[in-house]
Amino acid sequence: MSTLTIATVTREQVEDFMFLEAEILDEWRLKEWLTLFTADATYNVPATDVAANASPDSALFYVADDRFRLEQRVERLLKRTAHAEFPRSKTRHLVSNVRIRSRSETELDVGAAVLTYRTKMGLTETYIGSYRYRLVVQDGKLLIHEKRCILDMDGLKPNGRISIIL
Amino acid sequence: MNAPVNPDSKPIPLSELPVVWTDKEKHRFKVARRSFVDPDILKTEYETIFSKCWLYLGHESELVKPGDFVTRIVAKRSILFTRDASGKIKAMFNTCPHRGAQVCRERKGNAKSFQCFYHGWVFGSDGKLKSQPGAECYPDDFNADGQADLVPVPRLDSYRGFWFICFDAGVQSLPDYLAGAKEWIDIVADQSETMMTLVGGTQEYQIRANWKLLTENSIDGYHAINTHATYVDYLKNSQGSMSPVPFDGTGYDLGNGHAVIEYRAPWGRPVAQWIPLWGEEGKVELEKVHNRLIERFGKERADRIAYSNRNMFIFPNLVINDIMAITVRTYYPTAPDAMQVFGWALAPNEESAWARKYRLSNFLEFLGPGGFATPDDVEALEQCQRGFEAMLEAPWSDISKGMKKEKVNYDDELQMRSFWTQWQAATKATAAPKGGDR
Repeated sequence: MSTLTIATVTREQVEDFMFLEAEILDEWRLKEWLTLFTADATYNVPATDVAANASPDSALFYVADDRFRLEQRVERLLKRTAHAEFPRSKTRHLVSNVRIRSRSETELDVGAAVLTYRTKMGLTETYIGSYRYRLVVQDGKLLIHEKRCILDMDGLKPNGRISIIL
Repeated sequence: MNAPVNPDSKPIPLSELPVVWTDKEKHRFKVARRSFVDPDILKTEYETIFSKCWLYLGHESELVKPGDFVTRIVAKRSILFTRDASGKIKAMFNTCPHRGAQVCRERKGNAKSFQCFYHGWVFGSDGKLKSQPGAECYPDDFNADGQADLVPVPRLDSYRGFWFICFDAGVQSLPDYLAGAKEWIDIVADQSETMMTLVGGTQEYQIRANWKLLTENSIDGYHAINTHATYVDYLKNSQGSMSPVPFDGTGYDLGNGHAVIEYRAPWGRPVAQWIPLWGEEGKVELEKVHNRLIERFGKERADRIAYSNRNMFIFPNLVINDIMAITVRTYYPTAPDAMQVFGWALAPNEESAWARKYRLSNFLEFLGPGGFATPDDVEALEQCQRGFEAMLEAPWSDISKGMKKEKVNYDDELQMRSFWTQWQAATKATAAPKGGDR
């Protein structure tokens, strides 16, 4: 098998990577999830009334994590004192419509649709949105440079929180 | 000690007790849980509170240019909030005077006029009828009395950039209503020399809990150590994200149900408490901000603005929290066990890109449904609401903390008692429906 490169990576390989990420999240293997990111990665969820490509430096988001805060988010979620996720909710990320939108020398711009279900205390709520990923290849492996989840919702109704990773 | 009793120890029927029950001698303050679950109470709240009190509509910075508009639901009514062609701020009910359709269906924008899509009536940004198709079929003086204009809200006024409306034309003036809260709003408004401004983006979410639980939670210094243990862990883990300041402060009753807690805390404040994480660049920046505050207000007030945190509540449903960032938050009940919450970030218009970036970063760390703290508040509120299912057998909540003290701490419950006392005066509700305990 030839080495993975940005120039040759296929949609199928990107899909495999994204499906793996979904599985890791749904199994709460959050420390392992962190290994899918670059050392300078970001994870962003903009508010639902700002532009999809807005910057968290100048607009209000729901989530705007740099690598440090991403690690802290994981650390928090694995504690009993992360009350919103104790006992842990059950989640299911359904990733679809994966497409390589563009490819530079160093990065892939990937779009996808995502539905995430979260069930806790007898209630199931749905997060509907799209993903935009900027993926890089390091040591022959795909890694996430930026993960952005753009919600196709009018605010978080009825889900009053993003206490899981979308 | 769950049910109040007479001195002769005969139980008083719940239907004869107010929702808010207090025994000042014994330092007890109880709230009947009926108030969180009964649909009749919610109806009474809409009649006696949301239809009678001044309610927050929006911030002046949302309407910068003539023609700017925002639509916003306030106590179930859709309101069109505009800056008209002459620059004057207006608020009208967003319903066509003709047959009722909502005239503006966008959240915000800029428009010279609004056309109702149903029959095509056109209104100016001041709400005045400009034209209607088939005008020749109406008498010449059809709108001489203005009855074909968008209906203006009965009362509209502002204080330091915060705009309020009231559906009761006979309400006291806004300055009188705000009472002691005015000077606390000043402390927030004074953080800008030009204008405080809402940063783009709304955090909008629903909580499956009674709205009054969010009032309590927004000004509750008591819950932080438990509920927000992971946030405090996070601060400790982030190198240099704390200044050596212990949590310490006081709560104040501001009159008319408004209340505030003011306290010192170790987190960084963009105006203007430096933390090592912000580096030398940040130190220079914050010293500049602080020095300017001293020039404008003297050292004592400058230090108070810069170093103290404030969680402020304006009755019945506005929260302005000036903490690691500033959030403006309002919320409405949609059912006894559900509320709609709107949260914004407020910042000095002139602050540097550096400060804005750190402000928003600070905001997201703690605040909002994706932060490291708010999701746990939401969980707490929803858990309370579930607990209220045992209301018949466990009918009371306790809000007594600090009652026996002369001077309360920021983590006592005085501020919640201010809210509840006003709530009781407005609703006159009883702990069980009149005519039978159920």
